[in-house]
Amino acid sequence: MDDTKATVLSILQDLTGEDVSANMDANLFDEGLMDSMGSVQLLLELQNQLGIEVPVSEFERSEWETPAKIVAKVESMQ
Amino acid sequence: MMSFDPYGNPTYFILLLIALLPLMIGLLYGRRSHVYESIISFVFLLLTFGGVKWHTGIALIGYLIYEILLVWLYSKYRQRDDSPNKGWIFVVSVILAIAPLAVVKITPAVSHGASSIIGFLGISYLTFKVVQTIMETRDGVIKEFHPVLFGQFLLFFPTISSGPIDRYRRFVKDYDSVPTRAKYLDLMEKGIRYIFLGFFYKFILAYIFGTRMLPVVEHAALQAHGVSWALLGVMYVYSMDLFFDFAGYSLFAVGVSYLMGVETPMNFNQPFKSKNIKDFWNRWHMTLSFWFRDFIYMRLVFFFMKHKVFKSRITTANVCYVINMLIMGFWHGETWYYIVYGLFHGFAMVINDAWLRYKKRHKQQLPSNKFTEYFAIFLTFNVVCFSFLIFSGFLDTLWFHN
Repeated sequence: MDDTKATVLSILQDLTGEDVSANMDANLFDEGLMDSMGSVQLLLELQNQLGIEVPVSEFERSEWETPAKIVAKVESMQ
Repeated sequence: MMSFDPYGNPTYFILLLIALLPLMIGLLYGRRSHVYESIISFVFLLLTFGGVKWHTGIALIGYLIYEILLVWLYSKYRQRDDSPNKGWIFVVSVILAIAPLAVVKITPAVSHGASSIIGFLGISYLTFKVVQTIMETRDGVIKEFHPVLFGQFLLFFPTISSGPIDRYRRFVKDYDSVPTRAKYLDLMEKGIRYIFLGFFYKFILAYIFGTRMLPVVEHAALQAHGVSWALLGVMYVYSMDLFFDFAGYSLFAVGVSYLMGVETPMNFNQPFKSKNIKDFWNRWHMTLSFWFRDFIYMRLVFFFMKHKVFKSRITTANVCYVINMLIMGFWHGETWYYIVYGLFHGFAMVINDAWLRYKKRHKQQLPSNKFTEYFAIFLTFNVVCFSFLIFSGFLDTLWFHN
């Protein structure tokens, strides 16, 4: 597993309290694992751990709703 | 000259149909004419803001010039190659954008109910569109500013009076393209269905609840003074009227947008089936609650977390819920009942989150079945209806003007 993916998954594990790597296509918002608060924490952690600046305006929920989508989004921004 | 409330009567719908037909035929054949769209927009805006209400038309024009100039200046500043992107310039721009709305909202509170001369129908909805555009320009996701497109976004007549609140980037994408025929046929089918469902909601259900039943229960509740069964009746009847009236209007606005090839977002998604308050705000007046989520709540959380204002993230979330909902209360108007309504929902969110955390920790011990689910829906429905009773202002009449 590459570094970015591993980092994103570890951030998500911290935020949701669950290992999401087995369920890359689960909708984190529908499952109640993520909410607006979690989204902002995710953006801040991406900044701290990967140095990626994501403004809140960039956060379109439908593009960030599954672990797979989040990894893809982060990779596209690096 | 004729003067209408949007979607207010059959004549309005007949005129709408006549105006839309050429446009719909055009879209079916893959053509979109911004000139024609501008002409019918102008006519319908004239019907809404002209005639005896001409002074509100003048207010609208003044407001537009002011806001377009403001956003244009901010874009100029922000889109320079060496833009310093100062926080205070952003804050001043947002304050200037909100200033006209603030004047309009505060005037009645300080001048015995008289309305401000710079007010017009829909000013609060236009202000949302302006503020979000400034915020997205600051974040750099709006990279180019077109004053004319921005004006068309603000003035899009199907949604001008009460939303749904669209987003600039989303709107422009639809407005500047032509849907394929298959896609447009689908939009047309949905649009017509929404409009007819809107007729049922607004002209039948909202009429029954609002015009027939509400005065009866209100009268009984005023006779009874204080807490009474009739007051409970007011709570439910008002809630039903509020929903069917606003959801009906929203269906018209979305339906007409679809016929114009613009996918204005939906405003309601079966809100009375919500399992908790958080769920409710994802289903009720969605474009407003998502606006508050994206442009107030998330930004507040971001700011507080980044500057480590509070130690715990739970405190951060809670403080932001209350501030967020309080601002929403103030946005509705400067009366005690709108502000209490906002606070009520702010604290309801705090309690809701605490419960969700508790539930997560005690997954094994807590029962979860069909009954608990129905109970959750029942409880949420009653909490919501009670908040609408506060919102209605009826308690103000009952307690202080009876």
